[in-house]
Amino acid sequence: MLVGNGKSIVNGIAIGKIKIYREPERKINEGIIDDPAAEVARYEAAVEKAIAQQNALYEKAVVEAGKDIAEVFLVHAMMLEDDDMNDSTKEIITGQKRSAEYAVQVGYANYAQMFADMDDPYMKARAADILDIQGMVLDNLLGLDSSSLQGTEPAILVAEDFAPSQTVKLDKSLLLGMITIEGSANSHTAILARSMNIPALMQCKEVDDSWDGKDAIIDGKNGVVYIEPDADLRAALTKRQQEDKAKEALLQELKGKPSVTIDGYKVRLYANIGGPSDVGAVVANDAEGVGLFRSEFVYLNAKEEPGEEEQFNAYKRVLESLAPRLVVIRTCDIGADKTIDYMNLDKEENPALGYRAIRICLTRKPFFKTQLRALLRASAYGNLGIMFPMIISVAEVRECKEILEECRQELLKEGYKVADDIEIGIMVETPAAVFCADELAQEVDFFSLGTNDLTQYTCAIDRQNAKLEPFSDTHHPAVLKAIKMTVEAGHRHGCWVGICGELGADPTLTKEFIKYGVDELSVNAKSILGLRKAIRAINRKELLGA
Amino acid sequence: MKEFTFTVTDPLGIHARPAGILVKEAKKFASKITVYKGDKSCDMTKLLALMGLAVKQNDTITVVVNGDDEEACAAAVKAFLEENF
Repeated sequence: MLVGNGKSIVNGIAIGKIKIYREPERKINEGIIDDPAAEVARYEAAVEKAIAQQNALYEKAVVEAGKDIAEVFLVHAMMLEDDDMNDSTKEIITGQKRSAEYAVQVGYANYAQMFADMDDPYMKARAADILDIQGMVLDNLLGLDSSSLQGTEPAILVAEDFAPSQTVKLDKSLLLGMITIEGSANSHTAILARSMNIPALMQCKEVDDSWDGKDAIIDGKNGVVYIEPDADLRAALTKRQQEDKAKEALLQELKGKPSVTIDGYKVRLYANIGGPSDVGAVVANDAEGVGLFRSEFVYLNAKEEPGEEEQFNAYKRVLESLAPRLVVIRTCDIGADKTIDYMNLDKEENPALGYRAIRICLTRKPFFKTQLRALLRASAYGNLGIMFPMIISVAEVRECKEILEECRQELLKEGYKVADDIEIGIMVETPAAVFCADELAQEVDFFSLGTNDLTQYTCAIDRQNAKLEPFSDTHHPAVLKAIKMTVEAGHRHGCWVGICGELGADPTLTKEFIKYGVDELSVNAKSILGLRKAIRAINRKELLGA
Repeated sequence: MKEFTFTVTDPLGIHARPAGILVKEAKKFASKITVYKGDKSCDMTKLLALMGLAVKQNDTITVVVNGDDEEACAAAVKAFLEENF
């Protein structure tokens, strides 16, 4: 098995045989010619034909890649009409008595060089445009047709580089992937590959003529191509390709569609995220918001307690990039299985039932206030919800709200902008919160059921103890009852209720949750579209009638 | 003769596609339009020369228009630059 590395343009997988795409050999007469006027006429006809070809490519590219990208061909047509370049090319024919081919070869190369010598990367990349139109005019003069170079079988095409016009001319139904030795992420070929979603590797220096005809797989995510991959690798990557295709199909089908049942019951499908780097997945999977942003990352990635400014920037970044979507940020949930040196937490006999989350925050007020101030300041940049974890009593919620209000007053006095529509909610993850749900609902805007801890506490089963597996039932009726009670209590007091634990993504429970009237499911981003599909097939009235 | 200066705000500078349209716009007029950037200059009807000036964001160019329709030409070119760059 051989491996090549390159700059990946599209994250997908391409599997197929390698076909080396070779430039046509252009034999150019470099000698002195007799009839310059006839050569000038040949040149003018070849340019005119090239302009028509560029306009036709524009039409094709508009359909395949969109107007913005297709415009490169209009630019090519305009370049072909450039008086300076045409005059200097004709000058070579008449002045030096050379063939039209020779004049194009030399004359256009000067312009390509002019661009290649420029500092600006955008302008530098325009040299490829000149070489592209040069190739086209030469082919017209020589009567060559490059469309036969692709072959007739589906393949991963390998070339030194592709000119934009070559990329568009390719038959996409036979194009599995592209690999080039040169090329940059700025090139039009890269842009076209991206917009047509064809896995492509650029600057792959390992390319070798011996690859021609061999089986290969491009792993776009990792920027690698495998030549004659072994069976295990092939199986793994084939599986990923199928998953990608299934996801792509789901996206095509469901992107932008509402998560609503047949009879019109709307469920909000939100994503769980752990940090700013997850924002891309939220958007790519068309999540309608973020139902659980675990703020622990700001603490776990730091060597010392993170300051207000650092936290503010992290929260602001996420809120800004996802606005106007709601982003629910859960305040610090350190303790139990998540410990940090600088927090100086004592070792505990029973950490799951110990000093953690809101219990730390309410006893270390300055620490808590740093986070709340950062959150409030960030609220001005998007649509923020704040959620408190591990709540067991109304008194705790009131205390949290008081401290939050204290922070707000401080910030306003200091001249900061703070949003005035921040939703406040709590995690319902203790049996105590379930039993007090009616009272708690009167204090907050929303509940979010943390089903992992709720299951552990309700069943008194340590979720990290593998020996308890036989006793553990993730669908335990007590847990489902607790969820139902919480939803009903929330609704009695105008509080929306969501699920952000793993059960939320369990497709075998989606119907049950919709029956209860759950308002929101917050799940890992990958599960969003599958759930949306399931929800759109449910008839809630029928479920309730049964 | 009409003369004006213009500072480019487009992050890509005077780039290919709009430069092409600018050239087409310039060709509509009888006047000669010359673009100056630093010690370099070119005729606005020449696309490759115009791109060769490498006008970047925040660069200031001077445009000189000379001919029978210079009044209308300068106004049209100025408006086009402001709209597109």
